[in-house]
Amino acid sequence: MKVNSSLCDICGTCVAVCPVDAIRVSEFCVHIEMDVCTQCGNCLQVCPARAITVEGDAS
Amino acid sequence: MSAREYDVVVVGAGPAGSITARFAAQGGAGVLMLERDREPGIPVRCAEGVSRAGIEPYIEPDERWIAARIEGARLHAPGGHFVDMTHVGTGYVLERRIFDTELANMALRAGAHLLCKADAVGLVHEDGRIAGVKYRHNGELRTVRCRIVVGADGVESRVGRWAGIDTAVALSDIDTCCQYTLAGIETLPNLCEFYFGNGVSPGGYVWIFPKGPDTANVGIGVAGHLAANKAPREYLDEFVARRFPDARINYIVYGGVPTACSPRHISEDGIMLVGDAARQVNPITGGGVVQGMVAGEMAGRTAAEAIKSGDVSRRTLKAYDKAWMKALGNTQRTMWSLKERFLKMDDERFNRLVSTFQKVPQEQFDLKSLFKEAIREDPKLVAEVARAFLVTKIRGK
Ligand SMILES: Cc1cc2nc3c(=O)[nH]c(=O)nc-3n(C[C@H](O)[C@H](O)[C@H](O)COP(=O)(O)OP(=O)(O)OC[C@H]3O[C@@H](n4cnc5c(N)ncnc54)[C@H](O)[C@@H]3O)c2cc1C
Ligand code: SF4
Ligand code: SF4
Repeated sequence: MKVNSSLCDICGTCVAVCPVDAIRVSEFCVHIEMDVCTQCGNCLQVCPARAITVEGDAS
Repeated sequence: MSAREYDVVVVGAGPAGSITARFAAQGGAGVLMLERDREPGIPVRCAEGVSRAGIEPYIEPDERWIAARIEGARLHAPGGHFVDMTHVGTGYVLERRIFDTELANMALRAGAHLLCKADAVGLVHEDGRIAGVKYRHNGELRTVRCRIVVGADGVESRVGRWAGIDTAVALSDIDTCCQYTLAGIETLPNLCEFYFGNGVSPGGYVWIFPKGPDTANVGIGVAGHLAANKAPREYLDEFVARRFPDARINYIVYGGVPTACSPRHISEDGIMLVGDAARQVNPITGGGVVQGMVAGEMAGRTAAEAIKSGDVSRRTLKAYDKAWMKALGNTQRTMWSLKERFLKMDDERFNRLVSTFQKVPQEQFDLKSLFKEAIREDPKLVAEVARAFLVTKIRGK
């Protein structure tokens, strides 16, 4: 999972649906800790700005 | 400053945090609010609609934060017909930048302190007890000592999780939202409008909340589990192109609204959660400002009493959990069951429901007459609504 910081609005929606608390928000960025993330895809699906992509995915 | 010790540290200076801080300070506690952003209330991620009766116990109406006065609502069915509800209470569309700042100022006047650009990053534990909060300020990691930490940190809350309260919500219990503030448009001056339907906004609705003679907050929420293939903004663009083809977009914001069942467990030893952090949002309307303020008063009072008594364990703090459940939490649980029913409704059902409502004369527009009409028109729906209430009651035991 990777957050595209130019699309991310820092709205925190992704944090609420992460079952393993892998996402951190600060005033200027959102960061996913990949060693905690289980790749469940929840954050990807609810991100209203569509700022999250699967790492290595061409899209 | 960082060496100081407080009784209560409130993480987040939104409406829930500021009211908590005000009531805790009034009760004699030493209170510090930590806010990540540069000032409270910015950025605004909200359609800004509130009921007058809900906010007026906490703040005197002031033209500076009233953008528009609301007399009722218009509900649009997927089939194109609509019903007006003008006897269900009045409201405001706020200027939340100013409203939130004023609530924070009221907390400061009650004696609380506020530190902005302070991003809480974890708790301090000592001898197995909560002893403070770690936060980042101007790039520096600091700690502040305290006895109670209040998580008022919004939808993105992590305070609960740090203390072992699992606040993660299911995909069907969050609405993913996009909102434009449009200018150069014509709206109904004193009505908030809502559009329902699976083609318009699956599992949620489109809203038009007027903010002035030619501007409005126009946004959409889509239920998370139905948002895989199309982003909320795509639905919103389609709607705006149809209804407001000549509009100018002044602002765009994204956000998430938790529409979860009110959790019963919202405090721990030395920890309390309020507002969006405790998922205190009406699951049908998505309104959370008033809920957060009501909970904030209860949390602030309980925190002050706990500090006075010297016992900040869950044994004392759970008085807050109980007060919340009694005031609004149980109602929220009922609303959540209803929402689950609505999520399963197809457009034909929505159309029938609105036609049913249309038959009720305005003056008699209350729940009782709606229920009477609905029984005549659609006994099955009524049975489902009744079951939803019943299920909640049984679960509530
Ligand atoms: C698009 C949209 C439309 C909405 N429309 C309405 C509406 O019309 N009416 C209504 O009643 N409700 C509405 N809501 C819901 C409403 O906005 C929230 O319920 C309300 O803001 C919750 O208040 P709060 O104080 O709990 O949290 P917030 O207002 O979100 O405040 C939380 C604060 O905590 C801060 N914070 C977070 N983490 C940290 C940290 N680690 N350290 C320091 N500070 C932190 C944040 O910066 C923020 O200032 C809407 C929500 C959205 C997304
Ligand atoms: S994919 Fe799942 S586990 Fe990974 S960050 Fe997103 S929500 Fe969390
Ligand atoms: S949901 Fe999307 S826009 Fe919002 S904070 Fe997460 S990555 Fe950023």
